[in-house]
Amino acid sequence: MLKVQQRKSIYLLLILQLSLLSSSIVMAIEDDPDALWESSFKTHFFGDREIETKKPLVELKAPKRAANPALVPITIKSKIGQQPERYVKTIYLIIDKNPKPLAGKFSFTQESGQADLSMRIRINEYSKVRVIAELNDGSLSMASRFVKASGGCAAPVGSDIDKAMARLGKIKLFPRGENAPGEPLFTQFMVSHPNITGLQMDQLTRMYAPEHYVTKVDVSFNGKPVMSAETDISISENPSIGFYFVPSESGELKVMVKDSKGLTFTKVRKISAEN
Amino acid sequence: MRSFTGHFIKSLLFGSIGWSGVLLSSTPPALPIEEIEGGVYLFSGHQAMADKQNAGAIANIGFIVGNNCVAVIDSGGSPEQGKQLMAAVHSVTTKPVCYVINTHVHPDHILGNLAFKPQGAQFVGHQELPRAMALRGEHYLKTASRSLGFALPVEAIVMPDTVVRETLKIDLGGRLLILTAYPAAHTDNDLTVFDENTGTLWLSDLLFVKHVPVLDGSINGWLSVIDQLQKKQVNLAIPGHGAITHSLSQALEPEKRYLQTVRREIKEVIKQGGGMEMALEKVGLSEKEHWLLFEQFHKRTVSAAFAELEWEE
Ligand SMILES: [Zn+2]
Repeated sequence: MLKVQQRKSIYLLLILQLSLLSSSIVMAIEDDPDALWESSFKTHFFGDREIETKKPLVELKAPKRAANPALVPITIKSKIGQQPERYVKTIYLIIDKNPKPLAGKFSFTQESGQADLSMRIRINEYSKVRVIAELNDGSLSMASRFVKASGGCAAPVGSDIDKAMARLGKIKLFPRGENAPGEPLFTQFMVSHPNITGLQMDQLTRMYAPEHYVTKVDVSFNGKPVMSAETDISISENPSIGFYFVPSESGELKVMVKDSKGLTFTKVRKISAEN
Repeated sequence: MRSFTGHFIKSLLFGSIGWSGVLLSSTPPALPIEEIEGGVYLFSGHQAMADKQNAGAIANIGFIVGNNCVAVIDSGGSPEQGKQLMAAVHSVTTKPVCYVINTHVHPDHILGNLAFKPQGAQFVGHQELPRAMALRGEHYLKTASRSLGFALPVEAIVMPDTVVRETLKIDLGGRLLILTAYPAAHTDNDLTVFDENTGTLWLSDLLFVKHVPVLDGSINGWLSVIDQLQKKQVNLAIPGHGAITHSLSQALEPEKRYLQTVRREIKEVIKQGGGMEMALEKVGLSEKEHWLLFEQFHKRTVSAAFAELEWEE
């Protein structure tokens, strides 16, 4: 029979070997930031459809390192305008390593003028962020960026949840650019909302899970849809989205927000074409 | 004890630091501490990012000894550091640790809690600490396994048993501690501890000395808390990061100037119609030379402040 000490060291040796084995597997997965996409997401979201990645019709701007994982500003640009014969119909935003990778699905029309977006997202860990643009003819284009998460005490959670709740549903909607007749106008939308999930809460406390996040944002101009977003918890606290629309005439820009508790919030802003 | 065993096996499976974890488990060395006032003991954290070298021991943590009881103030950046802190307590007194006070949710202040759980200590924190722990705990555990090199069990997040709404007095036996909870400032769950006997105010991360202030709560809230703190008469002030000081008001000045500069310049960007990206590029650069770890934390503070200030009318 082995002495206790010897048994212990054999046990430790075994564990060390196991650890070397498992860490090399983990390394292999982490070395290739596209592994998750290639092995599962691509097929899951788009089946066996062709996706253009060499000369994509969409561009993604994101920081190399997320200084604040709760607030990572990104910009998405489309390389084509919204012409009747050829336009961007949908943009998918996927953050591979987030708990819910599909961060948002954004729909556009010809009234959008330009299918560009800016927003702030949460990035939980080192991850590829990818945007896939789907044109009206069904073709797909993808651009992606690798974003390093920050370490230390940073967390992908808003810093003042009470303030977001106190203002719950308050919306700001305002043009950011110059209004030129017939030209797409860059417009900012913001809604006060904690946009939190209950996932972590359940595991740690088993008692309280205030899942509460924005699920849908619909923007219309004079009743015609210009941008519609299905969103999730990867969008930062107080969701903020920049988008375009064409103010071809004077009228009303209207935004409607729905959240996971079934609450709705709306805001209307008058836009004059001459402005 | 079972959870500790589990922790060590997990450490072994996930990283090389696990080996030192095993060694420490048998005889944890006492954390180097200094008695800065009668019965007030402090470990001075390394002014650095948490990494494999310092194993998360970056914050100022310590304890206060009364006639009957010891109160630990912040438990450190890992269960190992918590154990070393406990060994430090045992090196100066046989009195039990009755309380572990967490000054806020950040991992360098709370991840040692687990070490004090088997002793039956009561955990005390701000009334918003449980929510913050629940929302962030899992992420902190994951970050620890990546940047510190050891895996931690979910039990390493120890929730408070007692929460502080405004103030709470704790009697250690001939020694009263007054705990004060603040509205959102450095975080939304900041707590200070005042030791009446020596006039020592433990501010933790409401005061940063040399280490660039890190905003994870409210810039407006923090600046008004600073005004409030500058009116206080205390004998000794203990920051969360950096050197202790006898003149609190003066020690708060650089932090105040930094936050005011960031706030003023962000408001200018917003006024000009600029977005967060512009603020991240431009704001607060004149402050760079005055602080340690500016590159690591400044942009984070700017983005948090921007997201707050853009909601002002
Ligand atoms: Zn802190």
